[in-house]
Amino acid sequence: MFYREAGDFKTSYASDQQTFPIKLDRYFVWGVLAIAFLVIPFVINDYWEKSVLVPFLVWAMAALGLNILTGYCGQVSLGTGGFMAVGAYACYKLMVAFPEMNMFLVVILAGLITAMVGIAFGLPSLRIKGFYLAVATLAAQFFLVWLFNKVPWFYNYSASGQISAPERTVFDIAVTGPNAPPWATYLFCLILVVVFAYVARNLTRGRTGRSWMAIRDMDIAAEIIGVPPLQAKLSAFAISSFYIGMSGAMFFAIYLGSAEPTEAFGIDKSFLVLFMVIVGGLGSILGSFLGAAFMILIPVLLKNIMVGVLGWPADLAAHIEFLLIGALIMIFLIAEPHGLAQLWRVTKEKLRLWPFPH
Amino acid sequence: MSASADRAAKIGDTMLEVKDITLSFGGVKALTDISFDIKEGEIRAIIGPNGAGKSSMLNVISGFYHPQQGEVWFNGKKRGPMKPYQVARQGIARTFQNIALFKGMSTLDNLMTGRMTQMKTNLFWQAIWKGPAEKEELEHRERVEHIIDFLGIQAIRKTPVGRLPYGMQKRVELGRALAAEAKLLLLDEPMAGMNLEEKEDMCRFVLDVNDEFGTTIALIEHDMGVVMDLSDRVVVLDYGQKLADGTPDEVRSNQAVIDAYLGVSHD
Amino acid sequence: MSPDFLNLIEVILNGLMAGIMYALVALGFVLIFKASGIFNYAQGVMALFAALTLVGFQTGQVPFAHLINAIFGTNVHHWGDGMNTFLAILLTMGVMILFAWLVERFVLKHLVNQEPIILFMATIGLAFFMEGFGDLMWGADIKNMDVGLPSGGSFWWEDVTKTWAAEGAEYYGMYIDVLDVWAAGIAILLVIALTLFSQYTKTGRALRAVADDHQAALTVGISLRSIWVVVWSIAGFVALVAGIMWGSKSGVQFSLSLIALKALPVLILGGFTSIPGAIIGGLIIGVGEKLFEYTIGGMIGGATENWFAYVLALFFLMFRPQGLFGERIIERV
Repeated sequence: MFYREAGDFKTSYASDQQTFPIKLDRYFVWGVLAIAFLVIPFVINDYWEKSVLVPFLVWAMAALGLNILTGYCGQVSLGTGGFMAVGAYACYKLMVAFPEMNMFLVVILAGLITAMVGIAFGLPSLRIKGFYLAVATLAAQFFLVWLFNKVPWFYNYSASGQISAPERTVFDIAVTGPNAPPWATYLFCLILVVVFAYVARNLTRGRTGRSWMAIRDMDIAAEIIGVPPLQAKLSAFAISSFYIGMSGAMFFAIYLGSAEPTEAFGIDKSFLVLFMVIVGGLGSILGSFLGAAFMILIPVLLKNIMVGVLGWPADLAAHIEFLLIGALIMIFLIAEPHGLAQLWRVTKEKLRLWPFPH
Repeated sequence: MSASADRAAKIGDTMLEVKDITLSFGGVKALTDISFDIKEGEIRAIIGPNGAGKSSMLNVISGFYHPQQGEVWFNGKKRGPMKPYQVARQGIARTFQNIALFKGMSTLDNLMTGRMTQMKTNLFWQAIWKGPAEKEELEHRERVEHIIDFLGIQAIRKTPVGRLPYGMQKRVELGRALAAEAKLLLLDEPMAGMNLEEKEDMCRFVLDVNDEFGTTIALIEHDMGVVMDLSDRVVVLDYGQKLADGTPDEVRSNQAVIDAYLGVSHD
Repeated sequence: MSPDFLNLIEVILNGLMAGIMYALVALGFVLIFKASGIFNYAQGVMALFAALTLVGFQTGQVPFAHLINAIFGTNVHHWGDGMNTFLAILLTMGVMILFAWLVERFVLKHLVNQEPIILFMATIGLAFFMEGFGDLMWGADIKNMDVGLPSGGSFWWEDVTKTWAAEGAEYYGMYIDVLDVWAAGIAILLVIALTLFSQYTKTGRALRAVADDHQAALTVGISLRSIWVVVWSIAGFVALVAGIMWGSKSGVQFSLSLIALKALPVLILGGFTSIPGAIIGGLIIGVGEKLFEYTIGGMIGGATENWFAYVLALFFLMFRPQGLFGERIIERV
């Protein structure tokens, strides 16, 4: 009754094509953004920053990236962890080489470097498909992590083999290093994620997005009606890697502070992001956010309940977490293969009719 | 009489010509020394029993199969080795025998994908959206809306095509091919599996497209009634070889064609 | 023969042995893929789970002891001295069959007709579930697997090979693990048994029919669901064998489940549907990675075994996307 589109007439194609065609949706999104930018920075504390908000933003960025590749272009990748490592190490080398550089620029450049690596590893996708490709991306995962372990140049010959983020600033405000205030790191990630979510939305609703989806839905027909597969697939790999690289850079520089490749960027991270995309919804920008929130919040919640409330040992809680996440993935694939985003859409359709279902 | 004279006046020079095409998969010959031409403005039918090599022929024209021998001439020029999407850019659009729509996308997006060959804005402007990308998008949206009106599919504009009934999907697929505004339209069994009413609609669309937009059409069809009514000239294939080529009347009275379709008595 | 040459032979031999171990896991993949078109990522975890269960039965652990203790504040861990190895293997097999039935009943049944990639991701979920479940049931500590298979270097082989070296050369013979030889023997027996089963039994024929064409198999009255239970049970059996072998070699621990990842390139090389392909693919990967590490690995920092198999598979795919034994793919529209 309250949520509806009746009376909300469109008089031009432009207004019909906007991201949120329904008025209430637009208000809702502006409201969320207003809270995120104007309220949270003033109330944020260390715990919320480190365990909820910053990881959510970092992984939302990674999920956006993988969703472009897997959800929109249909190319399954298990190399996300490896590409995040590329972003992290590129970020580290840039931070060390150009201490004065604005951190936004550092992260974006790190993303661009990852995009190039992504193109290189995307080349096989022109010949191979499906899980054959998934295996090929495993090559990226293991090779890249090995590379960062074995070549000392990447970690500047540090004795521990680790990289750690020095303090770097945006307009004289520290966003990395131990002295960065929670609101600054949060806002830094938020700005990047919001801007690039908008970019992702634009890319997916235009020509490029349609060429990706055409390749995903029926690659041969797509080529015959004029979608160049080389361009479509490589652009998906490049842009997806760009996002994943930025997420890796943020993960290392903002969230972790210091990292070691095997631990921080292992195959488990690849699976984590893949799960976010499945749970959130393949081929949905909103789904990337919902999936990231779900996969970040569930462990926090479970841990709080089992360890905090019930007082169980942490390793037991970890086993149960594994079990539940596995079960959830299967339940999602069975009950709602299109993920949380689809659930949200269905709810909205129901709401439109409420309270008069006929 | 005047109707056929009208048609004769419409038909122009040779648009596409295939010369001595031979195509084989491993040891199996799908096409042997096939030659025929398609003239500008005409409706050309390719017929033949199942497995005659009709779809293979379309795939050769689309650049999806590369024949071992033979040449394809388009617009008076010999075509070098080409990828399918380059062929599409030259102005050849097509539909498929088993509907090959993009099932996860809406009708509108499917049609917009058909215009892929004509959209130009680069990645950077697309990322920003406001400005050239949005302008281009709206221009093309308007062209696509014309096609939507023409085919009468306004109501399913935003429906994911996977949910549409078969006949509608066929119509959307035709729309996607039309959206390319191609010079040559290849239709692979546009009426297969349709009921009478849907067939009549589809025939109307094919004729209108040919009439109004002057699009040259090559179509594969099994319904002989449709073929004889619609087409200007017919080429008949059987076992990968050309049996006959000519006007519907000539083909109808050709002994080889009658034998191929009805069988030969062996006494 | 010079010691260098003998060393090379030793590397190749050990590669072959490692390859057989990979093939053992890949075999389980091939079985399930052939029968149901599902790429079962959980195969590695199944091996881990089978090994955990076997050790649990053998040593008489109380299942879910950790959870019970946490909830009731008790301190249970073992119910006795454990049981006879043979009995434990039988019981474990029972558990794997039960598991196959559960998977069919609660997962596969609901995913019929989904795209292969969705099924693949479902098995990743299954892998996580089983890993959590296995740890919850038996604990996550590293366990020793002892089913009475001999292990350690073969002195006999060392003595024999010592005599091959040129007169006066410093050479002390080749090292070969007896366990690996046993594994090779068992793997060969397993393949023969599986081949006989699929060729000469009624179930085997039904299995091949299903592999060829699901719908046609349904129309002649083969129950797809029971076939799936059979296939997953066999895959469970293969996982048990692989679990015993790998467990005896390097202990029953989490890393066991990662051999699934190693089996993937093996499958790429051999093709997803060919049992001989899985064996030969395994051998190529095994020998390839050992040789690469021996010849080039040292120069570029070592530990190349982590990625060599995948990169090899990647290059292989570029030139022969259908695998060694797969049929050429003709794309149609």
